[in-house]
Amino acid sequence: MVYSEKVIDHYENPRNVGSLDKDAENVGTGVVGAPECGDVMKLQIQVEDGVITDAKFKTFGCGSAIASSSLATEWLKGRKIDDAGTIKNSDIAEELALPPVKIHCSVLAEDAIRQAIADFQSKQAQPAEAPASEEAPAS
Amino acid sequence: MVDHRLVYLDSQATTKLDPRVLDTMMPFLTEDYGNAASRSHDFGWVAEKAVDHARETLAAGLGAKGREIVFTSGATESNNLAILGAARMYQGKGKHLISAPTEHKAVIDPLKRLESEGWEITWLDVDAQGRIDLDQLRSAIRPDTVLVSLMHGNNEIGTLHPIAEIGAICREAGVLFHTDATQTFGKEEINVEAMHIDLLSASGHKMYGPKGVGLLYVRRRNPRVRLEPIQFGGGHERGMRSGTLNVPGIVGFGRALELCLENRAEEQARMAALRDRLQQRLESELDFVQVNGDQEHRLAVNLNISFAYIEGESLIMGIPGIAVSSGSACTSASLEPSYVLRAMGVGDDLAHSSIRFGVSRFTTEDEIDYAADRVIAAVRRLREMSPLYEMALEGIDLNSVQWQGH
Ligand SMILES: Cc1ncc(COP(=O)(O)O)c(C=O)c1O
Repeated sequence: MVYSEKVIDHYENPRNVGSLDKDAENVGTGVVGAPECGDVMKLQIQVEDGVITDAKFKTFGCGSAIASSSLATEWLKGRKIDDAGTIKNSDIAEELALPPVKIHCSVLAEDAIRQAIADFQSKQAQPAEAPASEEAPAS
Repeated sequence: MVDHRLVYLDSQATTKLDPRVLDTMMPFLTEDYGNAASRSHDFGWVAEKAVDHARETLAAGLGAKGREIVFTSGATESNNLAILGAARMYQGKGKHLISAPTEHKAVIDPLKRLESEGWEITWLDVDAQGRIDLDQLRSAIRPDTVLVSLMHGNNEIGTLHPIAEIGAICREAGVLFHTDATQTFGKEEINVEAMHIDLLSASGHKMYGPKGVGLLYVRRRNPRVRLEPIQFGGGHERGMRSGTLNVPGIVGFGRALELCLENRAEEQARMAALRDRLQQRLESELDFVQVNGDQEHRLAVNLNISFAYIEGESLIMGIPGIAVSSGSACTSASLEPSYVLRAMGVGDDLAHSSIRFGVSRFTTEDEIDYAADRVIAAVRRLREMSPLYEMALEGIDLNSVQWQGH
């Protein structure tokens, strides 16, 4: 597999690796993929006054999956939560010059973004009753 | 553009041509370019003599006779000729064949081809180490069984099948036994008489010989095995494999075997020690690793190991210059992780995390230490990035999680 320079850069210097407190009110978490499929992404956003002030990821997967989630966190930071959903997998795939066999990595990143947003929004809708312990909330 | 140290640890895929083999081949690539089938001049005689010498050498390495060796383009062709050739020749007896799901594709695919043409294949089970059950083999043999095809050493996990026992069972039951010995010829002890082998495949490039040459051993006595050819032409190799002989390749193949046998035991022990050194370091310095394959009955050169919670291709990307292969889907053309690991019951998650290391005659201790350092560092780095490792450390049972597969 020959990787684009951008994929290699994100793989070697991943942005925003880590975890945020998944139980915090202002944190949304998305966990997508499955170990048997060879990729799992966890993507988290922290929102203050409608703006994503921090984003973190952890990814089990190939270099393209790591790069896709790393790039996603980079793009999410500083964005308004209402605009976050406009990040498309095709934008990620294009930016990283992913080959056709790796497009699913960018799709997974988009799914993770959507889930993180949905998780954050569900916490705002019904505050204080954190459902807890669901590692992979259904979308 | 290569700016890193290169370390070759993929010897089950292929091996470096030994320079001494190249020396032996060189005249036949230059001045002695005759066709071994030319019976009318010196050029042909020189070529024929060299081929005969290699044929006798290779046959002796199997405890066989020169006339029982059919030269081919490699083990893929040998396997195809053995399986398709025997099945079609003996279809009067029946249309049942026996093999196992961990075989190389060059055995599985010709068998599947026959299946689509009306043959019935019994795929034996393998256990968690990749070994078959001899009792299951015994009871799978039927009156209409023509051939049992079971490999000697597995190319992915290194597990060795007990071919002497398998041969004895087949002989007693009166069915032909083919073994793909591509990974073991010149390395493990093989004797076609003692082991009751009727057909055996081997390849030059897995044993420091050239690519593009292989052999099929075809038993000529007790019983005499006949094959329906799969290619037709000038009637070379007693009609079983038409086509001008690859003289330089055959000469190199013969020389490669001589070198392997020169100090086989010593070389095997040295390579096993290097493999063990690598395994010992990985197992002692990393948590959550699993060695795949049989620990006792395995190729001296092979180490197949799963680093849980990281994906194989991402690990390979993290060790540039170190040549290994992965059982993960992402590196191969297919979409599924290693079918060999799957047949052994290794979960798809661990199959995605598997790496195959293969040491060779040319591997040094320094290379092993360097590779171990690099792999350990890359695994640690990737685990810092792995949500699964984090969950495992938190004590979450990953099997209890409702994953959203896609
Ligand atoms: C067990 C086994 N059988 C067959 C083959 C095919 O050999 P060749 O490359 O000579 O066609 C290989 C090599 O990939 C192998 O490892």
